[in-house]
Amino acid sequence: MTAVIETTALGKRYGRKWALRDCTLSIPEGNVVSLVGPNGAGKTTLLHLAVGLLAPTCGSISVLGGRPGDGPAQLEKVGFVAQATPTYAGLSVAKHLRMGAYLNAKWDRGLAQGRVDQLGLDPRQKAGSLSGGQRAQLALTIAIAKRPELLVLDEPVASLDPLSRREFLQGLMEIVAEHGISVVLSSHLVADLERVCDSIVVLVASQVRLAGEVAELLATHHRLSGPRRDPRSLPSDQAVIEESHTDKQSTFFIRTDQPILDPRWSVAPVTLEDLVLAYMAAPVRGPELGAPALGLVS
Amino acid sequence: MTRFAWLQFRMQAAVGAGALAVIAVVLAVTEPNLVHLYNTSVANCAVSGNCAAATTAFLAKDHLLQDLANLLIALPALVGMFWGAPLVARELETGTEQLVWAQGVTRTRWILTKLALIGLASAAASGLLSLMLTWWSSTFDRVNMNKFTSVFDQRDIVPIGYAAFAFALGAATGALIRRTLPAMATTLAAYVGVRLVFTHWVRPHLITPVRAVTALHAMAGTTFNETNNGPLTLIGAKPGAWVYSAQVVNKTGHPVSGSFLDRGACLQSRAASACIGQLREALVYQPASRYWTFQWYEMAIFLALAVVLGGLCVWWVRDRLV
Repeated sequence: MTAVIETTALGKRYGRKWALRDCTLSIPEGNVVSLVGPNGAGKTTLLHLAVGLLAPTCGSISVLGGRPGDGPAQLEKVGFVAQATPTYAGLSVAKHLRMGAYLNAKWDRGLAQGRVDQLGLDPRQKAGSLSGGQRAQLALTIAIAKRPELLVLDEPVASLDPLSRREFLQGLMEIVAEHGISVVLSSHLVADLERVCDSIVVLVASQVRLAGEVAELLATHHRLSGPRRDPRSLPSDQAVIEESHTDKQSTFFIRTDQPILDPRWSVAPVTLEDLVLAYMAAPVRGPELGAPALGLVS
Repeated sequence: MTRFAWLQFRMQAAVGAGALAVIAVVLAVTEPNLVHLYNTSVANCAVSGNCAAATTAFLAKDHLLQDLANLLIALPALVGMFWGAPLVARELETGTEQLVWAQGVTRTRWILTKLALIGLASAAASGLLSLMLTWWSSTFDRVNMNKFTSVFDQRDIVPIGYAAFAFALGAATGALIRRTLPAMATTLAAYVGVRLVFTHWVRPHLITPVRAVTALHAMAGTTFNETNNGPLTLIGAKPGAWVYSAQVVNKTGHPVSGSFLDRGACLQSRAASACIGQLREALVYQPASRYWTFQWYEMAIFLALAVVLGGLCVWWVRDRLV
């Protein structure tokens, strides 16, 4: 499988402040990949680098095999919905579709019109008077009607109410099912992603903390609780991500691809949110938690 | 991209075209009256023998409209502020550059198309307005004979250069400052500054003026002028020319003060003509025939400045806003 986004030691600096530093990752195609991380982790910077809105200070990034923003052909291959889904307040919905038609050679008029009808948007309504949810849907419509190979969404649902959020993600899932395009989306709302994404990349302080397929990650992480014991006494194939102790009890959040045999443990499955939070909170230690070591298994 | 640029610009274009149309109607309605006044008063003043009074009376007409016409020299500044400054700044302010720069058109082409389309519209609007005003004011200009000096920047082709320059200045400022209102204010200040500097320190040096010392020949419309008993100068010595200085000098070339004439010895003596005959006029001026040369030079310089600023804007959008 080829990568849709591949970066090597990618960095972006504003003045003396690094927004993204030494970021190496590879996101395979045919997936819905979530990029999660705390605010300021460099998610938006990474996505802007991927769509060509920004140019790297150092390192390299390739998207669908090309340099982001390098010519109209590259731009047409990537659809982008920016954070807060900006639209032209003074232009109507219909004029936004005309913009898409004028600026994209492969524009799918039927797809755009069909989606606007289906969403019940009034073509004459100015984008400035649309609700947040409608504006996000309009931005998504523009991004997919150009028939991209990769759709990049930056915090698409962060500002939406729960209902619009569900509708937006539902629409997204339909698109993925129908057109089979790759999607990379960033979010800090992990609960929403659980239903949507196949793979996840956890970015903390511009470093990849965790990357992998959701199903596999959920299968290999466990929460163990039992009588108090030293983490060093755990089998070598169990990597401790997070631990907490009381006088008598220990709780470990571990990663292992081996079955857990010790009968003293009570083993609980983890949710995606547990997983993400554990990795976001964990200090970097040990090679298996370092950046490029956990490449996506694909 | 042109079609999208037009889609965004057409509202502003309609406002501009509407304003030009209103001005055109006002000027077209009032112009015949001006011509009539001119024909009945100034044109025939030699017959009645009172040209000064007729001229004064004519120039007093339509002061309001003349002032209005003077206000219209603000057009390039308005173009720079309202068409130029928001061009990139508003996109950056509202985040819409993240929408449009992700479409299938490179941002270099995006900015080039916008600069070309709206830049041309700016130049065309300014040129059209100047054409109308030049036509409407032709009778005043004929009476004043000062097209080369006081109204040089409101006539013929230089306003085209000003508008293109102001627009490019606004666009570049907006891209650099990234906020619409500060960019508008900066554009206005910079435009006025550049125009003042050019008018006072550059334009006089574009072509070396003619320096000539000739016999003092009194002609209609020439008057003596002096301030605080300083050197005596002439007003209206060269009709239609741009006179830098017109001094009355004696045979040795030294400036003559007003008191020289007032001593009476000269003007009232029987030797008056001999006395005046000793005087010369020392002129530094641009002949009226150079009016169009100056118009072309100034327009070309401002168009060149517009191209430079446009290039700066393109470079900034392509290489610096990343």
